[in-house]
Amino acid sequence: MNIGSLISALPGAIAQGLIWGVMAIGVYLTYKVLDIADLTVDGTMATGGAVCVMMLLNGANLWLALLCAVLAGMIAGLVTGLFHTAMGIPAILAGILTQLSLYSVNLAIMGFKANQGINFRTTRILVSSRNVKVIGFENPIFIMIIVTAVLIGILYWFFGREIGSALRATGSNEHMARAQGINVNMAKIIGLMISNGIVALASALYAQYQGAVDVNMGRGGIVIGLAAVIISTVIFGKIFHNFALKLMGVSLGAVIYYIVIQIVLWLGLNTNMLKLLSALVVAVFLAIPYWKGRLTKGAKHA
Amino acid sequence: MLDLIELRKTFNPNTINQKIALDGVSLHLDDGDFVTMIGGNGAGKSTLLNAIAGVWPVDSGKVIIDGNDVTGLSEHKRAPWLGRVFQDPMMGTAASMQIIENLALAKRRGQKRGLKPGVTKAEKDEYRDLLATLGLGLEDRLTQKVGLLSGGQRQALTLLMATLNKPKLLLLDEHTAALDPRTAQKVLTLSDQIIKEHNLMTMMVTHNMKDAIRYGNRLIMMNEGKIILDIKGEEKKNLTVQALMDQFVKASGEELASDRALLS
Repeated sequence: MNIGSLISALPGAIAQGLIWGVMAIGVYLTYKVLDIADLTVDGTMATGGAVCVMMLLNGANLWLALLCAVLAGMIAGLVTGLFHTAMGIPAILAGILTQLSLYSVNLAIMGFKANQGINFRTTRILVSSRNVKVIGFENPIFIMIIVTAVLIGILYWFFGREIGSALRATGSNEHMARAQGINVNMAKIIGLMISNGIVALASALYAQYQGAVDVNMGRGGIVIGLAAVIISTVIFGKIFHNFALKLMGVSLGAVIYYIVIQIVLWLGLNTNMLKLLSALVVAVFLAIPYWKGRLTKGAKHA
Repeated sequence: MLDLIELRKTFNPNTINQKIALDGVSLHLDDGDFVTMIGGNGAGKSTLLNAIAGVWPVDSGKVIIDGNDVTGLSEHKRAPWLGRVFQDPMMGTAASMQIIENLALAKRRGQKRGLKPGVTKAEKDEYRDLLATLGLGLEDRLTQKVGLLSGGQRQALTLLMATLNKPKLLLLDEHTAALDPRTAQKVLTLSDQIIKEHNLMTMMVTHNMKDAIRYGNRLIMMNEGKIILDIKGEEKKNLTVQALMDQFVKASGEELASDRALLS
């Protein structure tokens, strides 16, 4: 095992972590703020890339392509929101239904091909893995830090507004929210749309970074997003109380996740076993608060 | 003004768990009326408040608040007229949000929520003064999460939130039942103060007969989904617990034994 190979792999891990950090911020908004586990994101994590890449292939402007990717993600969130609120389907199932339908939708967007590549030479893109070791403004790490900072700034502003407060109240106590005249169904739909819009943005950036979109790109995405959220809660939970810092923590959580994955791969783990490892790690961390609760309860009764 | 016209609600209809919760309840309240409501478990007191608040649709009948027929409106659309405090102190506030944010949410009840600030600077001073009137020291903890407060503090805060935008009707659903006796008394005194100060039309459910007699200008007793007793004016003022017990037996026509413990 050569430590040099690990170190040379780190910039790539950090860049990927930052892109998935954007995705994880989307997951954080539904999972932590709205208190909904939204599985739509596994589909949206490919939708954004599909829309962006196909538009770029057809000669569209980079920023327009990103905007359309975000809008496509928001529509996916709207569908899940309507499944959940207007049709009374439990949130998890609503997300699974949208996710499944998105598989077909994504293939349709990609012209019924499982993947579509971008030509680096002829297409202008924002982030690329080829620049990951370049010192300069085109370095994806640098660009992703700015993207993340702007995103956190916008979200911090939004969640301090009246609508944002109503969304937080809905996630905190639906009963109270209704008594205070908040349309909780509307709040959930808006939250799901924002979350999936952000995930689609991450997807579009990730497709650019890889130079291609793959229909399976988002598979297990929710687990990576949750892992980032959980890592940030465990490491930064006690020190980050401000909403903006919490979002930053989630982004850092994703970076840490990717560095750990890189180390595990370096130690010789078969790449195909990664998803199993990720799922188990998330399961254990999700269980910790439950176990803690049982321990303290037991102590009280003893 | 509040008018309830022949409200009916059956839970789990056509099953073995069928329960007629409201059996044709009609009631008229004038502005400033403070009604206390008593009755055994399952008598329909809380169900009546939930029917007014629109927690679920009623089977038939009408709820008219201040001349507005709200029967077909969902819960959040009725909120502008109503202030509500629940039995469970956890239910009335958002635990993961700050004290000041909770108050600001209540302040915007009935208004369109847009992209204006969730809490303005001017509100901060307003809420600090308001919280100071509680005498609980909450005015120095504006930015603390509500989850850190005790049950009594949370109920006091919920009460402030419910009455912040002078509601047409205040619904208190056994709001002191989950508190220890001393705190319960404090919250009750505070409720009475606020109700008198703003002359609020109020319906208060309680299990305590003495409180039901002491507070308000009207007393309603429910049994099996019906109002079986309605005492107001001078008669209410001169009421005693014993007289109320006797009345209950007479009105309901059944032995009080099973409910005695609950009503004492």
